[in-house]
Amino acid sequence: MSRATATDLVYLVAIVGFILALKGLSSPKRARLGNLAGATGMIIAVAWTFSLPSVHSNHRNLLLIIVGMVVGTAIAVPAARFVKMTAMPQMVAIFNGVGGGAAALVSITEFIALGSSKTIAIYKIVEILLGVLIGAVSFSGSGIAFAKLQELMTGRPITYPGQQAINAVVGLTILALVIATIVTASTALLVLVLILSLVLGVIFVLPIGGADVPVLISLLNAFTGLAVAASGFTLNSTLLIVAGTLVGASGTLLTRMMSHAMGRSLPNILFSAFGAVVTATGGEAGDASRAVRSGTSEDIAVLLAYARKVAIVPGYGLAVAQAQHTARELADALMERGVEVYYAIHPVAGRMPGHMNVLLAEANVPYDELKEMDEANPEMATTDVALVVGANDTVNPAAKNTPGSPIYGMPIINVDQAANIVFMKRSMRPGFAGIDNELLYDPKTTMLFGDAKDSLTKLVAAVKAA
Amino acid sequence: MIATTGPGLMGLITVFVLAAFVGYEVISKVPSVLHTPLMSGTNAIHGIIIVGAMIVLGEAHGTAQVTLGFFAVILATLNVVGGFVVTDRMLEMFKAKPAARKAEEPATAQATSTATAGGDEGASS
Repeated sequence: MSRATATDLVYLVAIVGFILALKGLSSPKRARLGNLAGATGMIIAVAWTFSLPSVHSNHRNLLLIIVGMVVGTAIAVPAARFVKMTAMPQMVAIFNGVGGGAAALVSITEFIALGSSKTIAIYKIVEILLGVLIGAVSFSGSGIAFAKLQELMTGRPITYPGQQAINAVVGLTILALVIATIVTASTALLVLVLILSLVLGVIFVLPIGGADVPVLISLLNAFTGLAVAASGFTLNSTLLIVAGTLVGASGTLLTRMMSHAMGRSLPNILFSAFGAVVTATGGEAGDASRAVRSGTSEDIAVLLAYARKVAIVPGYGLAVAQAQHTARELADALMERGVEVYYAIHPVAGRMPGHMNVLLAEANVPYDELKEMDEANPEMATTDVALVVGANDTVNPAAKNTPGSPIYGMPIINVDQAANIVFMKRSMRPGFAGIDNELLYDPKTTMLFGDAKDSLTKLVAAVKAA
Repeated sequence: MIATTGPGLMGLITVFVLAAFVGYEVISKVPSVLHTPLMSGTNAIHGIIIVGAMIVLGEAHGTAQVTLGFFAVILATLNVVGGFVVTDRMLEMFKAKPAARKAEEPATAQATSTATAGGDEGASS
């Protein structure tokens, strides 16, 4: 068997590993096994690549490959191991962005290599341009997404005068540069395409609201997959094309499923800040003066302890306060008294779809107490107390009642149907989406101000004493 | 460029189209609980660009190619290693633990996680 055939075969094994990974990740039971299959495929592919003469014949370059891998691993492992579960979405954004950056660099490097040897076929230049453009957009876009989630910058949509004009100018300039690069095969023009693509990634993400960023990351993830596939075309590598395309296609589907879970269309998420919708945020005037009922932890403990059925509705506030363990303690204390307790989980509670399930699983909350939104909503009418811990937008009735609201149409947990509502919040500040919540002023609502963890700890003690 | 037998542009396009269908079909029934791990898992898979980075750096001549290739390897390694580790950490949480709940100690024992007092409220939407 020739070396080339052997390489194809080994890479095919890796590809099967990747497909099994996607397949496995679609079911909770086999997810971890699936991820392992993907990692195994990756290790096989990388190990075999070392055996290729073109990779190991130049010893200085081989050494640089190894040094680069050691450096990358030394940064990635601690970052991925020690980041808090709440910060996971940002980490995914960063690791996605660097992948896009790598694809862009691979394409550029190959362009320089091809250019120095012979004239380049036009389709090659097109492939390279696609790799550079998509990879660079994914790189800078993911960077901004990271900054938004890490709250290095505001999570609100950023709009400025002439935004559409600027976007159009950048887009058209890139188009012109792309055509010019195809005609001239000039490296300098390609570098200009790279720079402007980085700019495009930034201005593409800026107007997207913080709450929508997870969907955006999923989209950028699909972009990176396509950039990798484009690099694969450039390098004539079936492995890169298949793996990149698998991610591009599944990522696109996943993006659609995520936006569906939020009751929004993808164009609405990506471009709504440009429209008139953005004006709806300021909504109700004179909020500060409106009456809000706030209670002490003792009041609320009594309310909970003598309830028949309690729903805990967790949100990002619970996650950042690391209060998932305390929430479970409260649930345990209530269940000991014979109260029926369940968790009502919004599909996008936390900062990413499924994020809250991960956090509660970390606190050893059994699956059967977790109710997905569709399962929880019919129970709400018979629920005595809905305890909303650090959630806001996912229970905001504006999504049902206020057509102008940016979250209008998003499915919500119907806590407004419960007999009593308790909001645990740090302040009256609106949620991540920046929209005021009518429910906070509802007569059946009681506010419990404070850090979610402190408040829950007090509640646990008070419930035990009640 | 690469040491595999070249299937030709048309062959590559065929592979691309078929892979797109596979990618679409294979995850068509994923529960929303797994959206985040799936995103993270696919993120790790596009780290396969590391193979491309190894090849361009291995064949690189001259400062520009070597420098760009070197950074490509670093970025790709970050992608692939970080991607798989993060995904594994997420999935660790989904381990089946039917009887574990009663056996273990009250949650206070395991609340060792750094209690960051800070944090703003409001779920995402």
